[in-house]
Amino acid sequence: MRYTFLLYSNPADFADLTPEDWAKEKEVYGAYIGALQEAGVFVDTDWLHPADTATTITLKDGEKRVQDGPFAETKETLGGFFAIDVPDLDAALAWAEKCPAAQYGKIEIRASAMGDY
Amino acid sequence: MSEARIRARAEDVARAAYGKLIAVLASRSGDIMAAEDALSEAFMAALRTWPVDGIPERPEAWLTTVAKNKRIDQARKDARLVVTDEVPDMADPATLTALPIDTGEALDERLKLLFVCAHPAIDAGIRTPLMLQTVLGLEADEIARAFLASPAAMAQRLVRAKRKIKAAGIPFNIPDASEYPDRMGSVLEAVYGAFAVDWLEGAGNLSHEAYFLATILAGLAPDDGEALGLAALIGFVEARRDARLKDGVLVPVPEQDTALWDQTLIDRSASLLSKAARLGGIGRFQLEAAIQAVHAARAVTGKTDWRALSKLYAGLLGKFPTIGAAVSRAAAVAEDAGPREALKLLARIDFPGLDLYQPAHAVRAHCLTHLGQNADAALAYSKAITLAKDAPSRRFLEKKLSDLRKKMS
Repeated sequence: MRYTFLLYSNPADFADLTPEDWAKEKEVYGAYIGALQEAGVFVDTDWLHPADTATTITLKDGEKRVQDGPFAETKETLGGFFAIDVPDLDAALAWAEKCPAAQYGKIEIRASAMGDY
Repeated sequence: MSEARIRARAEDVARAAYGKLIAVLASRSGDIMAAEDALSEAFMAALRTWPVDGIPERPEAWLTTVAKNKRIDQARKDARLVVTDEVPDMADPATLTALPIDTGEALDERLKLLFVCAHPAIDAGIRTPLMLQTVLGLEADEIARAFLASPAAMAQRLVRAKRKIKAAGIPFNIPDASEYPDRMGSVLEAVYGAFAVDWLEGAGNLSHEAYFLATILAGLAPDDGEALGLAALIGFVEARRDARLKDGVLVPVPEQDTALWDQTLIDRSASLLSKAARLGGIGRFQLEAAIQAVHAARAVTGKTDWRALSKLYAGLLGKFPTIGAAVSRAAAVAEDAGPREALKLLARIDFPGLDLYQPAHAVRAHCLTHLGQNADAALAYSKAITLAKDAPSRRFLEKKLSDLRKKMS
C-alpha cells in the first residue's frame, strides 16, 4: 500500500530561523529520509515554496482560469498529488491543464524549494 | 564636473536606463529583486568613481557590467565559497562594447519582463504597478500616488509579486501569439499608465519610452486592434508635445497652435488607427485614439468637430465607463449643445470621488462663466485650483480665474 503524507505547518513558526537553524532542520529531515530509505519504504519527497507564491488553475465551468495565490478552501478537499519536473511555470500550467482533476476541481501549483535554503 | 553635476548625471542615466538594465540583469536569473540590489550597488559605485575618473563613454554598459559583477560576487557569498579573486569595482572598458544595451537583445529582454509582469499567475491588480516599477523605473511612491494606495502597502505588494515570479519560476519569454489575449491587456494598460503619469509631470523621458514600447507592441501583435489603438493614441498625444505648454501654462488641445504639431506622427497614428478599425471589435484605446484623431483633424479643417467628440465620448462612456470619460463628454457637449446641457450632464455623473476630481470643477466653471454666473464660476475655479495635480494645469486655471475676476470688477 502506498501512502502519502501531507505536511502542514504554520509559516510564521519558521520566519525567524537563521541559516544555521535551517541547516539543522535539513539534517533532521535528512536523517528521517535515510531511515525511510533504509527500511525500503521511501518513494519521493519534496518541500515547497510558501503558499503565497502558489498559482491555482481550473477548467471547471469549461473555461481556463489561472489565479495568483493558493487554493482557497471551500467544499473541495485534497484528493491526491503529482510531482513533475519541467523548466518553468508555463510548462507546469500546461501539464496541470491536462490533468483530469482540473476538469472538476482546482489544482494548486507550487515550485519545489529544495536546494533553495 | 562638480560632484553635484556628476550625481545629477548619474541619476539621469539611472532613470532613463533603469528598465533596460533591470530587464537585462533579471532575464537570465528570473530574480528581479537581486537585479535591483545589484543595480543599486552599481549606482553607488558610479557615484564613488565617476567624480574621480569621469563619466564613462557608455554609462549604461558600465553600470550593467558592474551590476553583473556584483551579482556574481553575491552568488559566491551565498554559496559560501571563498572568494579568492577580487571582483573589480570598475568595468573593463574593453568589454563594454559587447554589451547588448541598445540592441535588439535588450529590447527583447524588456518585452519579456513586461510579459512576465502580465502573467496570469500574477494578481491582476498588481500587474500594472509592477510593470511601472520594473520595466519603466517608476518609484514605488509615485506608483502608490497614481493608484491611490499607501506607499507602504504598494511597496509590500510589489515585493510579494517579485518574490512570486522567482519562487514560482515564471519564465522570461515572449509568449506565443495564442497567449496575447490573456496578457496583452495588462501590458497595454501599464504602457498607457506610464505615458499618462509622465505626461502630467511633464519630464518627457518616460512618455517617450512608453510611446516607443507601444509601437514595438503594435509591431509584435499587428492583429491586435487594441495594441494598434494604443500606439495610435499615444502617437496623437505625443505629436502635440511642443504645443501643450506656453510659458509653463497648459494650453487646451482646441486652442493649441497646430503649426507646432508633429504632422508626420499624426499621419502615422491615423494610419495605425484605420488599420485597427479594419480588424473590427473596437476597444477602449481605439475609441480614445479616435477622439484624438478628431482633435488632430483641426490642423486640416481649421475647426474642432465637437459633435463628433461628444458622440465618441458617449460611446466611450457606454462601453468603458470612467470618471474621465464622463467629464470629458460634458466638456464636449458644452461646446456642441451648449453649457446648459453640459451642466445637466455634470449633475448626473455618479462616480465616487467626483468632488475631488479637478476636471469636473474646471468644466463646471467654464460652463458657468459662459452663462454669466460669475460668482459660482469663480468658486468652481477656486476648487479646481486646489485640486490641480500638476503646475501647468494649476497655472491655466489661475489665469482663467483672474480673467473672470477682471470681468467681474
